[in-house]
Amino acid sequence: MSPLSRREFVGAGIAAGTGLVIGFYLPHGGGSRKESFSPNAYLRITPDNKVTIVVARSEMGQGVRTALPMILAEELEADWKLIEIEQAGASTLFGDQTTGGSASIRTTWDPMRKAGAIAREMMISAAALTWGVPRSACTAENGHIKHAAANRSLSYGELVSKAATLPIPSDVPLKQSKDYKIVGQRLARVDSLAKVTGQAGFGIDLRIPGMKYAVLSRSPVIGGKVSNFDDKESKKISGVSYVGKVGDSAVAVVADSVWGAMEGRRVLNVTWDEGANKDLNTAAVMASLKQAASKKGLNLYSAGEPAKVSGRHISAEYSLPFMAHAPMEPGNCTAHFQGTKCELWAPTQVPQDCRDSVATAIGLDPDQVKVNVTLMGGGFGRRLEHDYAVEAALVSKAMNGPVKVIWTREDDMRSSTYRPASLHQLSATLDGSGLPVGLTHRIVAPSISGQKGQPLPNGVDPDLPDEAGPVYGISNYLIEYIQAETRVPLGWMRSVYALQAAFALECFIDELAVAAGKDPLKYRLELLAKDQDLSYFTTTWHTTRMRGVLQLAAEKAGWDKPLPAGRFRGVACFGCFASYMAEVVEISMEKDQPRVHRVVAVVDCGQVVNPSILEQQIQGGIVYGLANALRAKITIEKGRVVQGNFDDYPPLRMDETPGVEVYAVPSAEAPTGIGEPSVPPIAPALCNAIYAATKKRIRALPILS
Amino acid sequence: MADITLRVNGSEKKVSVPPETPLLWVLRDTLELTGTKFGCGAGLCGACTVHVDGNAIRSCTTPVSQVAGKSVATIEGLGANGLHALQQAWIAEEVPQCGYCQTGQIMSAAALLAKTPNPTDDQITQAMNGNLCRCGTYERIRKAVHRAAGNGGAR
Repeated sequence: MSPLSRREFVGAGIAAGTGLVIGFYLPHGGGSRKESFSPNAYLRITPDNKVTIVVARSEMGQGVRTALPMILAEELEADWKLIEIEQAGASTLFGDQTTGGSASIRTTWDPMRKAGAIAREMMISAAALTWGVPRSACTAENGHIKHAAANRSLSYGELVSKAATLPIPSDVPLKQSKDYKIVGQRLARVDSLAKVTGQAGFGIDLRIPGMKYAVLSRSPVIGGKVSNFDDKESKKISGVSYVGKVGDSAVAVVADSVWGAMEGRRVLNVTWDEGANKDLNTAAVMASLKQAASKKGLNLYSAGEPAKVSGRHISAEYSLPFMAHAPMEPGNCTAHFQGTKCELWAPTQVPQDCRDSVATAIGLDPDQVKVNVTLMGGGFGRRLEHDYAVEAALVSKAMNGPVKVIWTREDDMRSSTYRPASLHQLSATLDGSGLPVGLTHRIVAPSISGQKGQPLPNGVDPDLPDEAGPVYGISNYLIEYIQAETRVPLGWMRSVYALQAAFALECFIDELAVAAGKDPLKYRLELLAKDQDLSYFTTTWHTTRMRGVLQLAAEKAGWDKPLPAGRFRGVACFGCFASYMAEVVEISMEKDQPRVHRVVAVVDCGQVVNPSILEQQIQGGIVYGLANALRAKITIEKGRVVQGNFDDYPPLRMDETPGVEVYAVPSAEAPTGIGEPSVPPIAPALCNAIYAATKKRIRALPILS
Repeated sequence: MADITLRVNGSEKKVSVPPETPLLWVLRDTLELTGTKFGCGAGLCGACTVHVDGNAIRSCTTPVSQVAGKSVATIEGLGANGLHALQQAWIAEEVPQCGYCQTGQIMSAAALLAKTPNPTDDQITQAMNGNLCRCGTYERIRKAVHRAAGNGGAR
């Protein structure tokens, strides 16, 4: 068992995460600084030569506990074998710790590199001083400083006490990518052993002394409230010790086992005030999107004037349903309220939101709330919410003891937040050669941030700048956003709006190619033929890089080679989270249903940190995206979510999973997102393959509806 | 409440629980063997897979009374003398992402290899199709099962 997982398992009595980090973060001049060298909150080196790297993002399977330390260790010239990983909880030392938006590597690349480089330079100085030689005579290598001229070396551990007395430099040189020894390597993930032996500490596995278990009865109707409840039968269930309201819209049943709490809830009698949403249904939501489409929207991207060009006009409308994240580990959180403080163990993508919202909910200051971050059994954005943490804290306070709140699968499916349903109106004007001289993409969707009351800079949902940019250098090109409203709770689900935008755009581009009588891949390459920089909010999309991934995908897929009888191909490309992605899908049709045999996926995400993790993320994103494309659909009837478990919301299984070949364009550019960019192109690539096979256009997801 | 005796990973365990309690919760809450996971509570996802008398079963829908006197093996008991060939293969192929479903996946694969030491792709699919993975690790799972089979994975 790794020190990390051990600490999570005995997490009860031991200060894990934040406490340790702060404890060891000694502003320069701290009294015990000779016992450890910690020039910043990310790193601690002790005289026993142990190098501890703190991970301030949450591990949900995407590999941050391996990849982020690799970045720091590279600059540190550390011996990777001696690295230990420590998970930070909610802290004030690391800025925004939200794990989402394919941003962990993008946003910590510079801080982690700098943290490592500062320590490396200080180790060099410490050795130079120790030996009385110039710094330039010393080099850092594999956890040691070497003085080649005298054939001597000192380990980082041996240099700790000296280094800890030195001033911390602010300006340090960073390595060139050609000199990387750790970044870019297929290093094994640090968490595999714990995960194959059952020792990995997920939130649901955490146990603290005296802890009880709670399940909550939540309003079956969205936004409903508890009118009253009768707990007589619940209290007859063996082990049930407490039943009480949680806020306005739930009742908790607490027992000394999960099963006892579930049984207690089964016989609990709650009368609900169903409220304003009791007649809400998905058909009405889709109709309201159609209605909203008549409004003028905001221009997200605007080049030329597509309305003014003339030629052959083509238009089409696409729609996507609500979808649920459905991570494998259902929601849960453990809380221990103790009067003037509260400690939480949360599988969460937002430890700081957990801290702040819990503080408000139970009447404490944020610094009285400690949030430890556990491993997560998947996140996909579901754990960007923090309802589970607030519930756990409220229940712990109400029953005055430690408690773990557990959601069932049905709870997760029906009381979740959902990828917004959306409508897309595409229109194009083709010139004589069949290429679009004008293209308009109108995105009609409710805003996740808007619904949550979060700021919308200049009226634009803050996700759109990462997820709905232009792909092609079309001279008259408008992307318009029409913000619709819905009372269905919305959340950020893997790739968020990019999945919607890519589905509509890339199916439509295929329609244009067919209308032009051209091969859909060559058509796209024609549209990307000119090197252009498309400026979109803070990102500049380069047609050169999109062309690069498309060309490599075509080559690897053998696009020009004929397919065996009964096999068909589709292609799509899209850019989001600053990365470029192209995917080629190969299918056959069996009983009117597509069977995906092979996917070739090519990404340009700048510098690759760990190719094995990159491959995992892309393969995983494609499997996730295929489930979205084929079947994922949440429907609402009478204000209630219809789907409940994996039988009526079925993810992909092994028998439907294609072989996915992953390629990354070699690059020394700063790394960009990788957790989400593989998701959006798969649905349109698949739909385009289905068109190639059947001549039928799919304009509404899911495919198998 | 009932007193029920079962063998778990080779040791006799006496538990005092309502007899209809799913084996999953007895393992997790009573015996503190949390490697077996809760995913759906309905036998749909396989995260709770354990062996009862050598057969892979879903512990979330198996009342503990049904396994009284039987032999239960969980991930914690697999490869008790070092890592099982499947666990080694899972590490070598870097299968786990979030890892939550993987203990159930490995238990399903272990039951497969015990009976079919060199499974074909179709046999692997058939045996593993009840185990969901939202991270989409199926391709590496397949490779890992083949790798373990090649290394005498029935152990």
